[in-house]
Amino acid sequence: MDRLGEAVVESRGGQVAVVIGGLPINIQSENRSFIEMLELRYAGFVGEPARGSIRLEVEIVEPVDDGESDDDEDLEVRFTDGRWTINRGDFRAQWDPVSLRGHVRQSAYPYAIDSVMRIIHSLIVAERGGFLLHSASVVRKGRAFLFSGVSGAGKTTISRLAPPDATLLTDEISYVRRVGEGYEACGTPFAGDLGRSGENISAPLAGLYLLVQGRHNHASLMGAADAARRLLRNILFFSDDAGRVEHLFGSACEFVSRVPVYELTFRPDEKIWDIIG
Amino acid sequence: MDERERVNSGDIYIKPSRDIAARRMQDEMVIMSVKDSKVFSLNPTATRIWSAADGATSLREIVARDVVPEFEVDADTAYQDAVELVEELAQEGILLLADHPIGKEGA
Repeated sequence: MDRLGEAVVESRGGQVAVVIGGLPINIQSENRSFIEMLELRYAGFVGEPARGSIRLEVEIVEPVDDGESDDDEDLEVRFTDGRWTINRGDFRAQWDPVSLRGHVRQSAYPYAIDSVMRIIHSLIVAERGGFLLHSASVVRKGRAFLFSGVSGAGKTTISRLAPPDATLLTDEISYVRRVGEGYEACGTPFAGDLGRSGENISAPLAGLYLLVQGRHNHASLMGAADAARRLLRNILFFSDDAGRVEHLFGSACEFVSRVPVYELTFRPDEKIWDIIG
Repeated sequence: MDERERVNSGDIYIKPSRDIAARRMQDEMVIMSVKDSKVFSLNPTATRIWSAADGATSLREIVARDVVPEFEVDADTAYQDAVELVEELAQEGILLLADHPIGKEGA
C-alpha cells in the first residue's frame, strides 16, 4: 500500500490543499470559516499546497432564496473556448485545464465544492485512462477490490460487513487510476451512507464486483462485453464532448480486459467476504 | 412495398452510425452511443452481422454468408431475426439502415 500525502493539517491563510489520488487541488477563499470547515471535512486528505497544482478560488455568497433558484437544477458541464463551465443550482464554476486555475461561486455549504472537486477529478483521471466509479472500495491484504452498483445495490452494506483486517477506501465513489499495465484504487473523502471518509491510501486493483442482492453468496466471472457495458453504467462522467466520451469508452474496455469483473450475488452477512479475492 | 415484401426482398443495407464508439471483445461487441451514452452489447451472432455492415453488402447476403453456415440455422428464420435486430439498432441510433447501398457520407 502507498500512503498518499501526509495527514498534516497545515494550511496558510484562506487556503487548503485537498489531495486525492495523488492530485492536489488548492482551494482558496477570503472566507476563513469556509476554509476551516473544509480542513475538518477533508482531514486525512489535506496536504501541502503544491506549486503547479490546480487552484480554485471560491467566492462565498449568500444563498439566493427568491423562489426561483433551484439546488436540484440539472448539472451542466461544458467545454467551450478552452475552459470548463460547471453549473448547477447551488454553484457556478469555471476551470481552465491549461492554467489549472478555476473559480467557484457558491454558498458556504460544502456540498457544492464536493461536487466541483469530483467533477474536476473525473475529467483529469479520465484523460489518464482511469475513472471515478459509483463504487465502494476496500483494501485487504495489500489488494484493492471495488464493489459497484447503483444506490441501494449494497455498497455501504458490503463495506460495513468488511472484516477487521480490511481498510475502507470509500463506500460511495471510488477513484481508479491507471498505473503502468494495471490499475490502483485510491481512497477518497467522499462518503456515502457510512458517513465517513476513506483512508488516504492506494493499492493495486485485484477485482471489480458488480453487486446483486440475493439469497446466496456467489461470484461469477463475467464476459468482457457484458462487464464493459455494466461498468460504463456506473462510471461518473459529466462531459458530453464526443471525443472525451469515446476516450472514456476505450478506457472502460481496456479496464475489463485487464481486471477481472464478477457479478456478486450476496445476502447481507459477513460470509460474503469468504469469496472475495 | 409493404413490410413483408421489403423484408423478403433482401434490399436492406446497414452501416454503423458515426456517432458511436465500438470495440470487439472476444466474440462480442460493445457499442456506445456518443450522443446519449447508452451502451449496448451484441452477442456473437449479432456481432457477425455488425462486423459485416459495410453499407455495400445487403443484409440478406450477410446472413447467408456469415450467419447461416456458422450457426447452422434456417436461412429464412435467420434473416427475419436479423431484420428485427437491425431495425432495433437503427431505432437506437447506432446503425444506419437503407434500402440502397450506403456510401461514405451515410444513408
